Amino acid sequence: MKVTNWGNYPVIEATMHSPSSVEEVQRIIAASPEVIARGMGRCYGDSSLNSTILSTLRLNHILAFDDRNGSITCESGVRFSELLDAFVPRGWFLPVTPGTKHITVGGAVASDVHGKNHHVAGSFSHHLLSIVILLGNGSIVKCSPQDYSDLFWATCGGMGLTGIILEATFRMKPIETVYIRQRVLKTKNIDEAFNAFEANKHWTYSVAWIDCLAKGDSLGRSALILGEHATKAEVEYRYRDPLKSDPPLSIPVPFFFPSGVLNRYTIKAFNEIWNAHYISRDSFVDYEPFFYPLDFVADWNRIYGKRGFTQYQFVLPKSVPLDGFKKILRTIAESGDGSFLAVLKLFGKQEGMLSFPQEGYTLALDFSITPESMRLFERLDAMVIEFGGRLYLSKDVRMNKEAFQKGYSNAAAFTSVKKKVDPSNKFQSLQSKRIGISSI
Amino acid sequence: MNYVLLIGAGSDIARPLAFLYAKAGYGIYLASRNYDRLVRDASDITIRYGVDAKAFVFDVTETSKHKQFYESLPNRPHGVVCLAGILGDQKKAEREFSEVENVIAANYSGLVSIIHIIAADLEQRQEGFIVGVSSVAGEKGRKSNYIYASAKAGFTTFLSGLRNRLFTSHVQVLTVHPGFIRTKMIDGRETPGIITSSPEEVARDIFTGQQSGKDFIYSKWFWRFIMLAFKMIPEPVIKKMDMK
Ligand SMILES: Cc1cc2nc3c(=O)[nH]c(=O)nc-3n(C[C@H](O)[C@H](O)[C@H](O)COP(=O)(O)OP(=O)(O)OC[C@H]3O[C@@H](n4cnc5c(N)ncnc54)[C@H](O)[C@@H]3O)c2cc1C
Ligand SMILES: NC(=O)c1ccc[n+]([C@@H]2O[C@H](COP(=O)([O-])OP(=O)(O)OC[C@H]3O[C@@H](n4cnc5c(N)ncnc54)[C@H](OP(=O)(O)O)[C@@H]3O)[C@@H](O)[C@H]2O)c1
Repeated sequence: MKVTNWGNYPVIEATMHSPSSVEEVQRIIAASPEVIARGMGRCYGDSSLNSTILSTLRLNHILAFDDRNGSITCESGVRFSELLDAFVPRGWFLPVTPGTKHITVGGAVASDVHGKNHHVAGSFSHHLLSIVILLGNGSIVKCSPQDYSDLFWATCGGMGLTGIILEATFRMKPIETVYIRQRVLKTKNIDEAFNAFEANKHWTYSVAWIDCLAKGDSLGRSALILGEHATKAEVEYRYRDPLKSDPPLSIPVPFFFPSGVLNRYTIKAFNEIWNAHYISRDSFVDYEPFFYPLDFVADWNRIYGKRGFTQYQFVLPKSVPLDGFKKILRTIAESGDGSFLAVLKLFGKQEGMLSFPQEGYTLALDFSITPESMRLFERLDAMVIEFGGRLYLSKDVRMNKEAFQKGYSNAAAFTSVKKKVDPSNKFQSLQSKRIGISSI
Repeated sequence: MNYVLLIGAGSDIARPLAFLYAKAGYGIYLASRNYDRLVRDASDITIRYGVDAKAFVFDVTETSKHKQFYESLPNRPHGVVCLAGILGDQKKAEREFSEVENVIAANYSGLVSIIHIIAADLEQRQEGFIVGVSSVAGEKGRKSNYIYASAKAGFTTFLSGLRNRLFTSHVQVLTVHPGFIRTKMIDGRETPGIITSSPEEVARDIFTGQQSGKDFIYSKWFWRFIMLAFKMIPEPVIKKMDMK
């Protein structure tokens, strides 16, 4: 069957297995010379693509939940949306969540996803107590930061290349309400934006939308959005049942469409917020539009049409002087190629061997797949590498070996674990072949 | 706590449907042949939504055990959803009558047996609902599956008669006609992507249809128009078509 991920590029012909028991998984693994796990296919490129794919979507049972401490054990195909549906009404929230709720727990571990709280909470792996992995020889291993820690840290962020993650145990976090107290700050340029991030580090959630067309003194003008889970006391006066989510049907400002195609609307939305006077006041918003604005627009990825699109997301370490960031921003602004808006975010420290985050700032923006954008990426890669940064594997569809190896300083450590647990190199994706993960 | 009994709970539609009922506060009884699976499913439902959920071994075709099965349930359910069904092997059925009997038992006669037992109880209690999942396939015969389709046609007609009978007893009878659903029943078959729905979508349709007191629904809704068009093709034309 035809399979493609979020960016609709590439589209490949593959055999897809959808096992519903561990025994079936074992049979498929034994019979396949080469295979890669796939969850919801929300990575943008080819990380979960290969000629043989093992879909985890039928492995989606929740196995245990302890409502004294929020610890949960579930199979890897359980989606974040299911967890929210079951546990938010009981006062529990995901410890870390990306900008869409339509991902699986397995995908969250394998990409070691980050959220708007990375600077205080780390990435998803930071909240894992243990995971259960099925290796290439069919054996099943439980690992954690304490037991088989090499395998654990290689699997978190390891893009499915160590084996099939069967189960994960992690801690949910308690919330009193479904609301987020939100504050929006305007910053005139990138200098101000970075300062604002630093000054507001104590906020649990922070993310900035940055205007990629602004040039000169306004280079990097942004809207910084801060959020904190609202307490019961804060919202009691207006919501009778503070744990009942009642998300709006349409999305309020601030909402920006990160799509080049919709630039007209995003510019309008951005200017609206820019000129708004309500900005100085805190507001209370439902968690859904706060965390998942894009999920309100079904299939927005199809807007890019048949040629598909990708997201260029990189991180630069904190030690890089601001000029480094400016240089990259200027190159993007001058190309006029990418989306009008990009997402800027502060990262804290990071553990996993191939995990993307590193202490510093990350920027992400969408591009149609065209020969011009491909050329631009090559130029951007060179700068990112020069400054000691790297690209997010989960968004990537085109980086080369060199960019990977230079960007991921632990690549060799990862490969040595992979060789140990997967000597026959069974777990491969189109991406792993392209970036030469097993041939370092 | 009101309970819902899901018959044929091994169906991929059963879990998402059970989640919807559980979220609305119903206790859940899962019944079909693969007990071990159902036990895991039941535990998952309880963990997610904090309601009572239990698994039971049940075979639609073993009609002699149906009465005892129903009476052994810890609580009388408020409603039942029948998801059980098999596609069968059409080619085999053309040669061997035993295959025809299998298909009729799982899709029609066995269901009639268990539903009649439940109907008698609900009729007496003057409450509750019976949902039967039939199929658009039952609306018109095709060479590729007419044994299955005719059993479904029988089931649909049974449900409409039952609805008529139970009307005065305030028991709702809902007939569901799904089109293609991405479940293990049609694994590996090529179906047209845009008109193939997910088990979740069908579960949502069944739940809302039942909760809003409907008699008959298509899932997804657009099948109503597809079938309308399909049934307008005259039989002399149909018979010459090579339909999969
Ligand atoms: C709109 C949108 C917003 C996003 N925002 C963010 C964000 O803010 N932060 C962020 O970090 N990411 C973000 N992402 C990326 C997304 O969170 C990751 O790509 C995630 O891994 C997708 O999970 P999935 O279940 O769809 O997995 P897939 O996309 O199917 O697979 C992703 C990777 O995980 C591996 N994998 C999946 N399941 C298993 C398993 N059971 N065992 C072993 N390996 C497995 C696959 O092999 C593959 O390498 C976003 C994506 C979208 C579409
Ligand atoms: N998939 C489609 O495209 C489609 C289209 C239209 C209508 N439908 C109808 O939708 C319903 C659900 O089907 P599905 O697609 O979910 O198929 P499915 O996955 O095969 O589910 C059917 C379930 O019925 C149970 N079952 C079969 N024979 C049984 C028996 N003798 N006793 C008890 N349980 C039995 C099986 O569970 P156990 O193995 O645990 O017993 C099986 O899991 C069926 O009635 C089907 O005809 C399906």
